[in-house]
Amino acid sequence: MTLVYPVQSLAAHPPRLSPAYKSTVKRSPSKPLIPMRHTLSELTGPVYGHETVRENDHDLTIQGKSEPLGERIIVHGHVLDEDGRGVPNTLVELWQANACGRYVHVVDQHPAPLDPNFTGAGRAQSDAQGYYRFVTIKPGAYPWGNHHNAWRPAHIHFSVFGHSFVSRLVTQMYFPGDPLFPFDPIFNSVTDEKARNRMISAFDLENTKPDWALCYRFNIVLRGRNATPMEKK
Amino acid sequence: MQQPKPDGVTPSQTVGPYFAYGLTSNGKYDWNDAFTNNLVTADTSGERIRIEGQVFDGDGAVVPDCMLEIWQADAQGRFSDPQDKRALPNTSFKGFGRIGTDAKGGYAFDTIKPGQVADPDGKPQAPHIMLAVFARGMLLHNYSRIYFDGEAANASDPVLALVPADRRATLIATRQPGGNAVYRFDIHLQGDKETVFFDV
Ligand SMILES: [Fe+2]
Repeated sequence: MTLVYPVQSLAAHPPRLSPAYKSTVKRSPSKPLIPMRHTLSELTGPVYGHETVRENDHDLTIQGKSEPLGERIIVHGHVLDEDGRGVPNTLVELWQANACGRYVHVVDQHPAPLDPNFTGAGRAQSDAQGYYRFVTIKPGAYPWGNHHNAWRPAHIHFSVFGHSFVSRLVTQMYFPGDPLFPFDPIFNSVTDEKARNRMISAFDLENTKPDWALCYRFNIVLRGRNATPMEKK
Repeated sequence: MQQPKPDGVTPSQTVGPYFAYGLTSNGKYDWNDAFTNNLVTADTSGERIRIEGQVFDGDGAVVPDCMLEIWQADAQGRFSDPQDKRALPNTSFKGFGRIGTDAKGGYAFDTIKPGQVADPDGKPQAPHIMLAVFARGMLLHNYSRIYFDGEAANASDPVLALVPADRRATLIATRQPGGNAVYRFDIHLQGDKETVFFDV
């Protein structure tokens, strides 16, 4: 199976230079990117599976000596291509702040407590249908230095491989109804409202586990269409 | 099983400043590393090389919170991916590496020199390594390629030929003096020395 990856799909992504997010000003290219055809180097990609994901890596609430503080949640969904086909056996990595909005990272200086029972890192492999599932803690909002009184909406960072090196995606999952949305230059760097909404998880009552945890659904849509074999182009 | 057709891809967002414990832990956090900057395994054949350099922003300041990923063919030009029909099953050379830059924006990969891979017309490309650059302040990662100086095949490489001649050097790692095969490849995110990035 050879997939094709039209560059038109990239239009949904934020522009690399988004001045309201100040750090983009000196870190975005000033010269035009060079278009080229995809070769085998672009069309293949790393394959990682069960040997990389340990049994409990998808459950961030059981990595410590006891349970972390905060609101336990289930985050699940499908990794899909643009035609809605599941992307099977692909690695999904996740990292996030704790319930207080604090990251374990040494550089995070936000004066909110660390939780000795929460690292905030997880890994899962999508199944044959592209389905993945994590159990974690709902992350808190946190302040950052972009502008006066800047706060990031609560979010979970995701990293996904997909079928090829050019389907690689790093994104952030948001929670529905966050009052910080209108004020966040990273969320709003995605200029199309429909595209922005694809970063917001949906509250999933049906899969909420009674007396245990609320559930959110987050489908991750990667570039790529199965339909057109390269050879017939 | 097919889901309803999505109305587009999930947009990219920055990797942010705090990815290290999840993605590039490197023994510094209580989390195991799935990936490292050493691609060489016991049964890997080919010329062992090190690629090292620093990442700079548009002011020439080092970028200490950058994540680099590489993807490459083995010494015979095959990718460790079933989509490459010539790939050897069970080879332990995965061809993928990841590292976070240090306080000086520095990085290094230990790997092997890749073989030649054909372009869609069957024309051989010069040996190259695929590079993806992520960082705080980058909403979408950049793709580049690492080529090697002293390679005769560079002159006829179909991708290098697309690059204006005065920018080609930004894609070519330079062999350092000394007996070991160490190549220098600096990455400039912006400005006069800006590394060539591809619209792929
Ligand atoms: Fe974050």
